[in-house]
Amino acid sequence: MRYEAPETVDKAVALLASMGRKARVLAGGTDLLVQLRAGVVEPEMMIDIKKIAELRSIAREAGGFRIGAAVAGAEIREHADLRKAWPGICEAANLIGSTQIQGRASMGGNLCNASPAADSVPALIAAGAKVTVVGPAGRREVPVESIATGPGKTSLADGEFVVSFLLPPRPAHASDAYLRFIPRTEMDIAVVGAGVNVTLDAKGVVSAARVSLGAVAPTALVVEDAAKALIGTKGEAAALDALAKAASAACRPIDDKRGTKEFRIQVAGVIARRTAAKALERARKV
Amino acid sequence: MAEATTAPAKRKLKWVGKRAPRPDGVDKVTGRAKFGADLFMSGQLVGKVLRSTLPHARIKSIDISKALALPGVKAIVTRDDFQDMASEFVPAGEMMINYKDVVRNIMAREKVLYEGHPVAAVAATNAAVARQALKLIKVEYEVLPHVIDVDEAMKPGAPLLHEDMITQGVEPAPTKPSNVAKRVQFAVGDIEAGFKKADVIVEREYHTQPVHQGYIEPHACIASVSEDGQADLWVTTQGHYVVRAHCARLLGWDISKLRVTASEIGGGFGGKTVVYLEPVALALAKKAQRPVKMVMTREEVFRASGPAPGAWVKVKIGATKDGRITAAEATMAYQAGAFQGSPVQMGCMCAFAPYDLENVKTVGFDVVTNRPKVAAYRAPGAPISEYAVECALDELADQLKIDPLDLRLKNAAKEGTRAVYGPKFGPIGMVETLEAAKNHAHYTAKLGPNQGRGVASGFWFNIGGETCASINVNEDGTVSLIIGTPDIGGSRASHAQMTAESLGIDLSKVRTIIADTSMLGYTFLTGGSRATFAGGMAANQAAGDVIKQLCSRAAKIWEIPEDAVAYEDGFVKPAGANAGKFPALSIADIAKKAGKTGGPIVGHAQINAQGAGPSLGTHIVDVEVDKETGRVSVLRYTVIQDAGKAVHPSYVEGQFQGGAVQGIGWALSEEYIYGADGRMQNAGFLDYRMPVASDVPMIDTVIVEVPNPRHPYGVRGIGETPIVPPMAAIANAIGHALGTRLYELPMSPPKVLKAIGQNEAKGQGRGH
Ligand SMILES: Cc1cc2nc3c(=O)[nH]c(=O)nc-3n(C[C@H](O)[C@H](O)[C@H](O)COP(=O)(O)OP(=O)(O)OC[C@H]3O[C@@H](n4cnc5c(N)ncnc54)[C@H](O)[C@@H]3O)c2cc1C
Repeated sequence: MRYEAPETVDKAVALLASMGRKARVLAGGTDLLVQLRAGVVEPEMMIDIKKIAELRSIAREAGGFRIGAAVAGAEIREHADLRKAWPGICEAANLIGSTQIQGRASMGGNLCNASPAADSVPALIAAGAKVTVVGPAGRREVPVESIATGPGKTSLADGEFVVSFLLPPRPAHASDAYLRFIPRTEMDIAVVGAGVNVTLDAKGVVSAARVSLGAVAPTALVVEDAAKALIGTKGEAAALDALAKAASAACRPIDDKRGTKEFRIQVAGVIARRTAAKALERARKV
Repeated sequence: MAEATTAPAKRKLKWVGKRAPRPDGVDKVTGRAKFGADLFMSGQLVGKVLRSTLPHARIKSIDISKALALPGVKAIVTRDDFQDMASEFVPAGEMMINYKDVVRNIMAREKVLYEGHPVAAVAATNAAVARQALKLIKVEYEVLPHVIDVDEAMKPGAPLLHEDMITQGVEPAPTKPSNVAKRVQFAVGDIEAGFKKADVIVEREYHTQPVHQGYIEPHACIASVSEDGQADLWVTTQGHYVVRAHCARLLGWDISKLRVTASEIGGGFGGKTVVYLEPVALALAKKAQRPVKMVMTREEVFRASGPAPGAWVKVKIGATKDGRITAAEATMAYQAGAFQGSPVQMGCMCAFAPYDLENVKTVGFDVVTNRPKVAAYRAPGAPISEYAVECALDELADQLKIDPLDLRLKNAAKEGTRAVYGPKFGPIGMVETLEAAKNHAHYTAKLGPNQGRGVASGFWFNIGGETCASINVNEDGTVSLIIGTPDIGGSRASHAQMTAESLGIDLSKVRTIIADTSMLGYTFLTGGSRATFAGGMAANQAAGDVIKQLCSRAAKIWEIPEDAVAYEDGFVKPAGANAGKFPALSIADIAKKAGKTGGPIVGHAQINAQGAGPSLGTHIVDVEVDKETGRVSVLRYTVIQDAGKAVHPSYVEGQFQGGAVQGIGWALSEEYIYGADGRMQNAGFLDYRMPVASDVPMIDTVIVEVPNPRHPYGVRGIGETPIVPPMAAIANAIGHALGTRLYELPMSPPKVLKAIGQNEAKGQGRGH
């Protein structure tokens, strides 16, 4: 197996294009190296993208933020402006693993590993984040929710990889939150995850909202009915109940070792409601 | 000598009871300590096991020719490399094993009986070659139907694991084979009459899941066989003498040909009292004529090493209005795994052991299923039956409106109580731990909404057994204590403390060494909470032997009779004014001259330690239930247990805390998940949910000391009892938080949420 660490996007694209499916992009490696050890993947080449500056930086852009796909959780945690504007995305990224894992794990890896339970993905979807994908045909920008197509599967074409995430500008009274349900307190995998992003008008009425659920379907869901339940309300109990109901209704989970269908459906509503309440509380303060 | 064995407990203790630094501690923290996988030998090969992916199948053929031809493959062993063995039961830790089964468990013969069952093993120059070789071994199977659950396995018509298994302990003997290996029964008094006297009867059924010991260090060993057939084995184990015995037996070798050294051990909890890789590594090493190292992956540990059994238990308890139990009955079926020998007998013996009861009956069934063979896990058998009993007792207390600790106090076993399994108890601490629980601030602390408190008690016998100890008095007067029980929980420190106390010398002068099997006589394993109890007894006796020799040497130096000298605090002195005026001699003084007074001074003891004292404990726990998700958080936890005497209180507390934490996992989150295909779906720490540090509160501890009169320092074993009460204490706490009870472990969020839903549907939720 060959290890390559190109310093430019172009070189990485060239390597990836030449090797096709026999190469694997390596970001933090916290999924990939585990899969390698377990014999789940047997690539001929590992292309480490951490030496590419563009993939490792967090910068302001168009009133929002651009976050490199290989930025580690710990770097996100240390970015005060980002944390202030997007507390939900940051808390989701920072939930991944432990202190050791945080030093490596990236949102790009989290997204492209395409686990239905990936923590940062519902938060990014709720935020309306876009990803920049690069490949032999150049760059394209697509919504986060278009990347994962099923467990372990992505819409990335051969030779393509994710360069960065773009978060939109923040109006006043807008914030987000991410919560997950896990049986343990940490070092566990989401049985249900919920990302909620809300914008309030001057009177405290929800003018825009996005709700996304993880681990309850083959890919993270955008739950429009749950968002609709909030829009036009002040987030009163009735609105939150309606949101919870919509969230439960949207679930298409499976029975597996991590939880039964009925449990996931029920808890999805609970977690969505708690997440929405947290996002609303934050939005009222900014 | 007699003096040294009885005197120390009476005088003021200088070392026993102190929190001395742990000699092996820093090396373990810095990574210098050598564990099972840490020894490297020149020319060593890597051994890997081919395991069955089927839960039940007949082996039609095994073709190793392609694998053998692979460059780098040096040896392959299969069933053909091990002699079949006749049925013979021998003790393994606190459980019994049968060599006929062991030889089949280390390498499948006629059939594979569980997913993970070894079918062949390869020794190759590196891991990649070994793995490739495994893929080249062709095994032809005839797939057989499998059975995973005890309930299913007991039904007529269930797939049979062993076609010749006739249930033992049933009169008349059944004519047809079944998966029930054995029926056991213990009974005292007349339960029918007892239940007639009862005002209230609680009758309930409970289910528990198998749980793994969860030691962080996987099984690992390295074996080497010299040209003349002398073998060395370095292994992570709780008992290297036991490993030696099993390996020699399974390989048909003389015991003297095999030397086993115990490495540092990263947890065992009973799971490292049996052999898996060891005889295979030795067979490979012999065949390859090269050292062979074998290390299990975590996945192999889960799929192929023994958990504690899952079980079904039915309990019936009757009592009068004032809380006196009139009759108690328990019936239980324990999963043995692929081969008979679950700890159901001990489950039956312990179920009601904390109580003084007139009418008791316990019946147990040992049931084989297509799972890995169970192994000992802290107080094997007891946590399951006592969980069921302690939950039923709690319901009884609720129904009688009696405080649960008072109910237990009213029925507590005491000195003189006859246990259902026969003997009368000596002094035991059941009443003392219950009283300490009642008086603990935790018991009366305020609870918030959705919170509940539970208590439960627990009993474990503890054992003694064969134990050797030698004390070498070195030329400078320092001493080396040589023992044969691997140190799992700080026993080198505790043994040094007891030896320093017995010899009256400074602790820094004593160093404890764990001997390999060639250096010391047979010493039974570290298990049954026996190491500090039995080892302390042997060390104390060896110290007595040293003192006798020191006295004799001093008498020789002073040219006075031996009975004219006395030993006190590390010095030999003239016994009285008449003996003459000589300056006291220290051990160092005498050691320096040992060559001239008769040669080296070595004290020795070889005993079969008797008089182990049971340890009883009572736990208090507060939980909070998230009623919307079913998630249970443990808020506060207090362990109260009788240690007899805590030689090193920190390690006693560590055992209390560790048992409670493992019990929290057993109660709330640990379980084996099997698919319809009979394969385990969660063979890793992500989905086999042991608690992580943030899942548990700081576990508070109270050491009660009711000395064991049969030990020189009053020691009882303490390592096992702490895992007995947690499951019931937590179940009772959840019951009180919800106003409804769960009868199945683990009480994971889906189950708790379901119970809440059902309770709300019934409209009778009545939280505290
Ligand atoms: C102990 C432990 C705990 C964990 N806990 C959590 C948790 O709580 N929540 C959670 O969601 N996950 C968890 N994970 C999984 C993992 O840490 C995360 O998914 C992490 O975000 C992966 O990021 P990475 O940079 O390490 O990805 P890598 O392992 O480097 O890559 C993951 C996959 O994505 C591909 N890839 C990576 N970057 C790109 C890119 N820019 N473009 C295209 N493809 C790419 C790789 O080829 C690979 O297939 C845990 C893992 C471990 C080992």
